[in-house]
Amino acid sequence: MSARANILARIRTAQGRAVTGHSEEREAVAQYIAAHPQGPRPQVDADIEARFRDRALNLSTTIDTVTTVADIPAAVARYLRDLNLVSTAVCWPEFAGLDWAAQGLRVEVRSAGGDDLVGITGAFCAIAETGTLMMCSGPDTPPATSLLPETHIAVVSRNRIVTGMEDGWALLRRERDALPRAVNFISGPSRTADIEQTVTLGAHGPYRVHLLLLP
Amino acid sequence: MQITSMHFKARAGAKLADVRLQGALKKLQGNFVKGRADRVAELDNFQDIRDAAAAIRDRALANLDVWLDTFERNATARGTVVHWAETHDDVNRIVKEIAAQHGVRKVIKSKSMVTEECALNDALIGAGLEVIETDLGEYILQLAKEPPSHIVAPVVHKTREEVSDLFAEKHNAPRLTDIPALCREAREKLRPHFLSADMGVSGANFIIAETGSTLIVTNEGNGRMVTTLPRVHVAITGIEKVVPTLEDVTTLLRLLPRHGTGQSITNYISVTTGPRRAGDLDGPEHFHVILVDAGRTKLIGGDLQEMLRCIRCGACMNHCPVYQSVGGHAYGWVYPGPMGAILTPTYIGLENAPDLPNASTLCGQCSVACPVKIPLPDLLRKLRERQFEQGLKPWHEVAALRAWGWLAQHPSVYGLMTRIKVRALKAMANREGMIRSLPFGGGWTDRRDFPAPAGKTFREMYKAKNKN
Repeated sequence: MSARANILARIRTAQGRAVTGHSEEREAVAQYIAAHPQGPRPQVDADIEARFRDRALNLSTTIDTVTTVADIPAAVARYLRDLNLVSTAVCWPEFAGLDWAAQGLRVEVRSAGGDDLVGITGAFCAIAETGTLMMCSGPDTPPATSLLPETHIAVVSRNRIVTGMEDGWALLRRERDALPRAVNFISGPSRTADIEQTVTLGAHGPYRVHLLLLP
Repeated sequence: MQITSMHFKARAGAKLADVRLQGALKKLQGNFVKGRADRVAELDNFQDIRDAAAAIRDRALANLDVWLDTFERNATARGTVVHWAETHDDVNRIVKEIAAQHGVRKVIKSKSMVTEECALNDALIGAGLEVIETDLGEYILQLAKEPPSHIVAPVVHKTREEVSDLFAEKHNAPRLTDIPALCREAREKLRPHFLSADMGVSGANFIIAETGSTLIVTNEGNGRMVTTLPRVHVAITGIEKVVPTLEDVTTLLRLLPRHGTGQSITNYISVTTGPRRAGDLDGPEHFHVILVDAGRTKLIGGDLQEMLRCIRCGACMNHCPVYQSVGGHAYGWVYPGPMGAILTPTYIGLENAPDLPNASTLCGQCSVACPVKIPLPDLLRKLRERQFEQGLKPWHEVAALRAWGWLAQHPSVYGLMTRIKVRALKAMANREGMIRSLPFGGGWTDRRDFPAPAGKTFREMYKAKNKN
């Protein structure tokens, strides 16, 4: 007998269920998955943008607003300059066409490596309940760009802010056939409290997460 | 991890006398206990969510084999290789085989308690592999060659000063004392390992049957690195961690960070489904999941099954007066606190951890704090009953209880004995009415005085009162 068969048989025997022939149970499981009911959800104010901002700021994320996509390079340049950060970055392909050079920035369109200091990404959507970004991996949305650099700048459209994580999954079910390899929920800069329970930002991932909100 | 649960009492005594540890444990109460209370108060319908979470875990356990089979089919369809391990040794063997198959030399790990159960690091190092823990706490412990003392905050027993000394010695670098500087030092030491490792080993907080995904929560981002950068990823987790759907896992995620670290949400929640897809620029080329029994099926179907609801948040230990006093190492294995006092004896045998079911005041704080409503004190009582039935109680305890039982059934003898006893105790008292040292009760009076009784029994006094 294989380990698999042994373990599954032990479970069924211990619970007093016949070891073979459980098509009814399979059917019930399939039905539950097809229905995937939501659990009870906490109340979240109707103004989900305000809620998103409030929670994101609480998580040490910073937020700026831009009126058009073309304004992104200026906003990025301003942010980096104000914090005395480098003027080089890597970005996702969706921002390849922007005029970065006009703002004195050198931005390469590729996935981030270990030495890149600034990563610019979009987001699949944003979750108001917790101030969280939902990111889906793909050829044009490499996860490393939001992870390896010390500064992560994410561009999010206001109309992609949803109330809770359930709404993020619903959006994903609606827009895609299946889950991508990785769905990453990001809630502020990376942190640790392992030494004396003192919260310190920038453990292995970014020290800073900065959002640019588009209309 | 070496099992020393036989020696709980002796170790607990030593830990109580450890001033430095006592200071470290005090912080835990402030941060985690208050943090949980504050974050739970954010939810207007917390009890509804808690009920739903317990029901989700029960649903998965009631047909565990069918959910696991569903997970396996969906994971396999996405290119994941699913392995099954009956024992800890099986886990180590499977990981070594995967490493050999892919020519792995360097392994990076994110925190996984299941791999602590297996002593996986030793097994891999023994097979000639380089193994690096990347969670800051676990990295510190690996340098110090110590086991974790908490399932969420593994290095809670260490002070900043100790970490400073350790880093200065092991990194052969100037001694830093500022916590952010120490964190940066670890970041810079570990970054090259993330980029050069061949294989990432992680646990899984949950596995999702609907999608065949594994899910991990981390704050540091090391979990994302381990599951993204190396060309092989192995996720190792207990069979009980399966959750039916994405919606169900969402409900559980409203509770896990709040109870674990006092956060509304953990920094990173990563849901990974299969290996790198066509066109992807990152992600592992090979993704393996190992589903581990190693004692878990011993809890299935019996009167301890509720324990398998556990989502490993650590709230029970944070709220436990015994854990708060002795810390995690006294428990002698991977899982400390109330959940460990149930899991350790059931996984490794009651005879190997006889004190653990008794290492509780049954005050009930753990079950109040538990996000999935595990009745921990009831389960501890059941283990105590088992211990008695299996003759694992020490003879003097059994004899004393037998004697008491006989006395309780003979009221006149009981009355006589108590009349003698209260008078004898009163005669032993000093001028302040306290007894400094109690015969047969030394443990009671070692660190405090025992107040002497009034010299008459309750029944005597009651009778006298009624006469007046």
